Amino acid sequence: MSGRERILGRVRRALADAPDVPAPVERTYLRAHGDLDAEGTVDLLAEHLADYRALVHRCTPDELPSVVGRLLAARSSRSVLVPPGLDPRWLAEADARRVEDLARDTPYELDRVDSVVTACAVAIAETGTIVLDGGPDQGRRRITLVPDHHVCVVRVPGQVVSSVPQALERLDPARPLTWISGPSATSDIELDRVEGVHGPRTLEVILVG
Amino acid sequence: MSGTFVGMPAFPEAARAAVADARLRGNLRHATHTIRAKRARAVAEVSDWAELREAGKRIKDHTLRHLDRYLVQLEEKVTAAGGTVHWAADAEDANRIVVELVRATGESEVVKVKSMATQEIGLNEALEAAGIRAYETDLAELIVQLGDDRPSHILVPAIHRNRGEIRDVFRERMSDWGRPAPEGLTDSPAELAEAARLHLREKFLRAKVGVSGANFMVAETGTLVVVESEGNGRMCLTLPETLISVVGIEKTVPTWRDLEVFLQTLPRSSTAERMNPYTSTWTGTTDGDGPTAFHLVLLDNGRTDTLADEVGRQALRCIRCSACLNVCPVYERAGGHAYGSVYPGPIGAILSPQLRGTASEIDASLPYASSLCGACYEVCPVAIDIPEVLVHLRERVVEGGPMVREGNKVVLKPAKGHAAERAAMRAARWAFSRPGALRTGQRLASRTRRLHPRTLPGPGKAWTATRALPAVPPEPFRDWWRRTGGGKEGGK
Ligand code: SF4
Repeated sequence: MSGRERILGRVRRALADAPDVPAPVERTYLRAHGDLDAEGTVDLLAEHLADYRALVHRCTPDELPSVVGRLLAARSSRSVLVPPGLDPRWLAEADARRVEDLARDTPYELDRVDSVVTACAVAIAETGTIVLDGGPDQGRRRITLVPDHHVCVVRVPGQVVSSVPQALERLDPARPLTWISGPSATSDIELDRVEGVHGPRTLEVILVG
Repeated sequence: MSGTFVGMPAFPEAARAAVADARLRGNLRHATHTIRAKRARAVAEVSDWAELREAGKRIKDHTLRHLDRYLVQLEEKVTAAGGTVHWAADAEDANRIVVELVRATGESEVVKVKSMATQEIGLNEALEAAGIRAYETDLAELIVQLGDDRPSHILVPAIHRNRGEIRDVFRERMSDWGRPAPEGLTDSPAELAEAARLHLREKFLRAKVGVSGANFMVAETGTLVVVESEGNGRMCLTLPETLISVVGIEKTVPTWRDLEVFLQTLPRSSTAERMNPYTSTWTGTTDGDGPTAFHLVLLDNGRTDTLADEVGRQALRCIRCSACLNVCPVYERAGGHAYGSVYPGPIGAILSPQLRGTASEIDASLPYASSLCGACYEVCPVAIDIPEVLVHLRERVVEGGPMVREGNKVVLKPAKGHAAERAAMRAARWAFSRPGALRTGQRLASRTRRLHPRTLPGPGKAWTATRALPAVPPEPFRDWWRRTGGGKEGGK
């Protein structure tokens, strides 16, 4: 007998006398906590991002290229990874060398790049989370993982939702998703929080609107 | 490499050694109290916590009730998305499948994301026997692996080690596994984390095979979910060419939307954060992004036996947040190793004897590794009534009765004068000979008394159906006695 038949058979025998537990589950919990307007939701996002030690910046669309340029310069980044579909104007004022993520590149190549600039798919105010879905302006998962400095641009208020339920509604499960809440962190040594164990040590989020 | 749990002494003996270790107790106490307080704050932020908890419980109960249907749906969706599904009835099956999959890639090393399922089946040992080196990449798991040690907590497996010990382990052992620790490494957590970063990065970048577990599997879409903090998970899930995920069948949830419940309750219950730093989801394989081959190994290994038990099956709702460990007065004193299983604390006390049966002394003694104070039930985000299951399992150990082992109905003989009874007596003696442990249990009971259920679990149910359970006093008698000098100072 195959493992499959054996396990399914066991499950069925185990449940033979069990009473039914109907679906759908009653969802009496909230869709969002509190009722902030769009502006309040963006403020909450900024506050919660900062709580988990992301560096938050706010600017208008016109100011974006200079902010991006300034953030890369401040970290003396000589090279920057750019997803294929990123608006080239965002990097118009950056001096760093543009690096494309090519299929033949090994992770070692990415390891030599200083920074990465991406957009995002959605941001969640209540939890201080940005979600990337691998869209053309975000690139594949590895580019926001290996370099040490990630600059992520969130368009506000359009890309901001209040809560986890609202975010899931907007996301496509068929795409690989990465939810990011602050930079990489560990509390494994006597529960002291240390940032940047494996992922980027610095996460900068620019709220543009 | 890291030690296994086979041949562990029964809980009371193991606990005795742990309780005598002052440093271990100090580390544990500090850690559990810190997490406990933070968790309470994170939960208080969410006004609909009770509703989320109820929904989580119901989603899991519904899934378990129709598990056959959802597993078949999951398999269909994962396959349609380019993955391959394997079914493993026990640890041996699972290990054999993984070894064959790794061999087929021609590689002799794998990078691993922290996973309880692979620890449960002893995968690292099986890989080693097959000449394949498995590198743990979670910082705490790395500490455990380098130290030839065992994990002692679900979430922070090296919680029993302090910074000085970690530095020593890194200095002495890192070179055996790859890049050595930097010269002059101190015990500052930042430096230790940096040493781990350098040591592991070299492995991530060259790895061709990744092995993981998963926190959730969505039947409707075939999506797997891993939540983590460090980014080592993302490394293992996205950089290698082949990804093998070994996941217990109970991790299934029916719909994408169901994640909205657990992605709210899990981080707050476990690390006391609004959200953990990284969550990854993937559905089969994606062209040009991540591994080109994805294998899902669905693991039974005693889960269907647990499912067959009316009272005990609720243990399968567990989402491994570890909140119950951090509030447990027995865990706090005894430490995770005493439970003799990868699942320590209150959840381990009910899960291990069900997954493994109660034939061994350690498993027969586990249902007694509790003061039944009820704190674990209060914090559990999926409302598992751990005390109820404990009492149920005690009954089974002592009185015997029908149960299912490896899919077959068997009748367990009462453990007359045998291992279980002896274990029970020793457990009781252990608790009563340690006033400290007992006192803490009572204090905790006092502090949480507003939350106590009004009926007794298990066999006490009938009695309390018509009577109110006496309220727990605001202060334990012992504390009152001591505070008032035996009532002389007239304290109320
Ligand atoms: S039993 Fe409940 S509290 Fe304990 S780890 Fe599982 S889900 Fe968390």
